[in-house]
Amino acid sequence: MEDLLREYLPILIFMGLSLVLGLALLIAPFLIAPSKPDSEKLSAYECGFDAFDDARMKFDVKYYLVAILFIIFDLEVAFLFPWAVALGDVGMFGFWSMIVFLGVLTIGFTYEWKRGALEWE
Amino acid sequence: MIVSAIAFYVFAAMAVAAGFMVIAARNPVHSVLFLILTFFNAAALFVLMGAEFIALILVIVYVGAVAVLFLFVVMMLDIDFAQLRQGFLQYLPIGGLVGLILLIELLLVAGAWVITPEAMQVAASPAPALEQAANTRALGQILYTQYAYLFQAAGLILLVAMIGAIVLTLRHRVDIKRQVISRQVGRKRHEGVELKDVKPGQGI
Repeated sequence: MEDLLREYLPILIFMGLSLVLGLALLIAPFLIAPSKPDSEKLSAYECGFDAFDDARMKFDVKYYLVAILFIIFDLEVAFLFPWAVALGDVGMFGFWSMIVFLGVLTIGFTYEWKRGALEWE
Repeated sequence: MIVSAIAFYVFAAMAVAAGFMVIAARNPVHSVLFLILTFFNAAALFVLMGAEFIALILVIVYVGAVAVLFLFVVMMLDIDFAQLRQGFLQYLPIGGLVGLILLIELLLVAGAWVITPEAMQVAASPAPALEQAANTRALGQILYTQYAYLFQAAGLILLVAMIGAIVLTLRHRVDIKRQVISRQVGRKRHEGVELKDVKPGQGI
């Protein structure tokens, strides 16, 4: 347990350093940068016109589909890691268990491909 | 050991603070970003407990995928933030009531919690100690053999999620041109180009 945590000590030091550096770069401009705002500087600039509408527009639902398909294959890969590490211990049953799992998800992948969910319009 | 104790308190305090900011932030996008910070702190706490695999899966799956999904959902909703905040005080009593009921339920569950001896046996038997096997390996030794049915059930749930997402969100628009690569590759020269022999001074 002690050894395990000692291996993570460089990451902790790295996180501390990056925190200090990031905060320094964020805070220093507040203290030393000149700030003289006026209405022209603060107004939205859209190629010389007044802004047509709000910048917050809705995203298309297509992005959601891509994200959810990504999550599913992400989880599939997450299941592969312990399988690959323990493959020597689990024997043939463990091997075919994973092959069936991959086969089930390949059915889904084929469905997805045939329906054209991977095509971007 | 003192370093790990300090690290625990720092990460735990940051997790609680970020978790509070998830519900306190005014902009939903900021809420999602605080949620990501909470996930990172939870991953650090898992590392401190010795559960490296869970910690890294938390970063890969939750930070890399689920949080992005939340961001998409937030950006998909067309919310007028000023209008959203207007009715906050109006709904505060009923929201507080629901929160109170949930808190009472949680306390009842925590008070009446009994661990059966069988569960203790299950928890104790298969996993070897951390010194004997790294926990990715320990997980792999039981997940694919002893818990094969649950593992296959997880695969079926993922399949259902995939098909459900496609059925719910896939809309094919008909009025646009698509790229069909096999047709592009299969084109012959005489379909695209025609050579005409033009006499001088005549035109076609």
